[in-house]
Amino acid sequence: MADNSMTTDQRNILKFDPKDHEIALSTEDLHVFYGKSEAISEGDLQFERYKISALIGPSGSGKSTYLRSLNRMNDRIATVKGKIMYRGLDINSNDIDVYEMRRHIGMVFQRPNPFAKSIYENIAFALRQRGVNKKQDLDEIVERSLRQAAMWDQVKDDLNKSALALSGGQQQRLCIARAIAIKPDILLLDEPASALDPVSTSQIEDTLLELKQNYTIIIVTHNMQQASRISDYTAFFNLGKVLEYAETGDIFTNPQVDLTNDYISGNFG
Amino acid sequence: MDKIRESLLKKSIASKIERRGKIISLICLALIVGVVFLIFYFVASRGLATFFQNHVNLWQFLSGTQWNPGTTGTNGQPAVGALPMIVGSFLITILSALIATPFAIGTAVFMTEISPRRGAKILRPVTELLVGIPSVVYGFIGLQVVVPFVRHTFGGSGYGILSGTFVLFVMILPTVTSMSADALNAVPRYYREASLALGATRWQTIYKVVLRAAIPGMLTAIVFGMARAFGEALAVQMVIGNATLLPQNLVSPASTLTSILTMGIGNTVMGSLQNNALWSLAMILLLMSLVFNLAIRYIGRKGKLSNER
Repeated sequence: MADNSMTTDQRNILKFDPKDHEIALSTEDLHVFYGKSEAISEGDLQFERYKISALIGPSGSGKSTYLRSLNRMNDRIATVKGKIMYRGLDINSNDIDVYEMRRHIGMVFQRPNPFAKSIYENIAFALRQRGVNKKQDLDEIVERSLRQAAMWDQVKDDLNKSALALSGGQQQRLCIARAIAIKPDILLLDEPASALDPVSTSQIEDTLLELKQNYTIIIVTHNMQQASRISDYTAFFNLGKVLEYAETGDIFTNPQVDLTNDYISGNFG
Repeated sequence: MDKIRESLLKKSIASKIERRGKIISLICLALIVGVVFLIFYFVASRGLATFFQNHVNLWQFLSGTQWNPGTTGTNGQPAVGALPMIVGSFLITILSALIATPFAIGTAVFMTEISPRRGAKILRPVTELLVGIPSVVYGFIGLQVVVPFVRHTFGGSGYGILSGTFVLFVMILPTVTSMSADALNAVPRYYREASLALGATRWQTIYKVVLRAAIPGMLTAIVFGMARAFGEALAVQMVIGNATLLPQNLVSPASTLTSILTMGIGNTVMGSLQNNALWSLAMILLLMSLVFNLAIRYIGRKGKLSNER
């Protein structure tokens, strides 16, 4: 990577005016350590409600680490310091019931990871853990979630088939359906389309645009076209720092930070 | 150009060495296969002699309860009823597997899910150490500790199925534990992540996702443990009492196929009925280990099918 000691001081971080924008989630002075090495040294971002925010940046820039910290999936792996504010609470504190919190902040991973169960049971799993046991309720939620993930029509006759028999794109949409079945507030997606072909990718993107009406979405992506297509705001990560955070249109047409410009025009990364 | 053509048509040294290597490994393989085949042949030829040369009825052999080869039983046939040993072997195998399974799964879950670091550092080496202890040591401890304990607690002489079960439980526990731990470790990490990300607790994740996904592997572990229990001779022989009677209860002296085999094989003359009858017992053992083996393979294959697509 080029010597960018000159340019790393340059930063441009969007701050919302709480009067005009409802903030769903924000981080303040977030630091993440793997053992002694620091993966995230500064992460101050605010995410607006019912918008899609994209996190972009080169490999190893810490964007996935940052995302995984948001619903504390890094708990047993890394040390996370700083505040993660959700509904006025710091969810990065020990007083928080992590399992309850993850119900409100769901996550979809890079690699489709359905359980080796039927399509139906994949979605019913989390519901049953929550005490939803009535067949009628389960049926209803399964159908609703699959509809929201735009796959109900394809699988409605095969609900009892193994989820592993689905194609990669369908598996990923099933994972999204599974995540939204418990009606979270916020959906975190870690490169959800990077293992998929272009057609499946565009279907996932359509699904996300659809979901935006009801969910706040934060998505990590390697694909800059994807970020520009679907996101409202984009944050650019480099070497564990957020260098720029702005409306997606601004980032891609008029980046304020030189390094952002270099990255989106393909000069590095 | 001609040099290249020449070299292409000639066998190089490297390819000759490769050929030689292939032949050597093939010979090794053939040797092993040959030995296995010969064992089967030998055991079968001796074991079947009981039925073809000495004209013992197969059904009476399997269901008879009198074992005293060389004498004639009440029905005028040679007294070679193997039922007491068969029952003893199965009882002791099933009971010890029943007791060992919950302990093994609990330990394995602790080792892999709850405290993986301590599991890898301390527990795993300890269980693997237990596998390596010679069975005579287990038998000796069984004789000195378990038998008196059973005598005081449950009555009887102390020798019997129960003592054998306790000794075998300790013997197969490490095997089942470390294989169960392998099965749990083989569950992909993303299963756990997926479950946790849905708000499931660690216990819910372990119970509903990880253990479910590891079922085929753990069944294999249990069957493996049973195979070991079924085939164990020395330790069992030391504590079971070696009476060729149908066990009346868990503390009455009994016997297993293996214990009677080790007791008797040195005291008989090759070719005699006494000797042939023991070979028949060995044949049953061999067939059973074959069954266990097939079960392990079958479970393993089914597990692969259900975990992949």
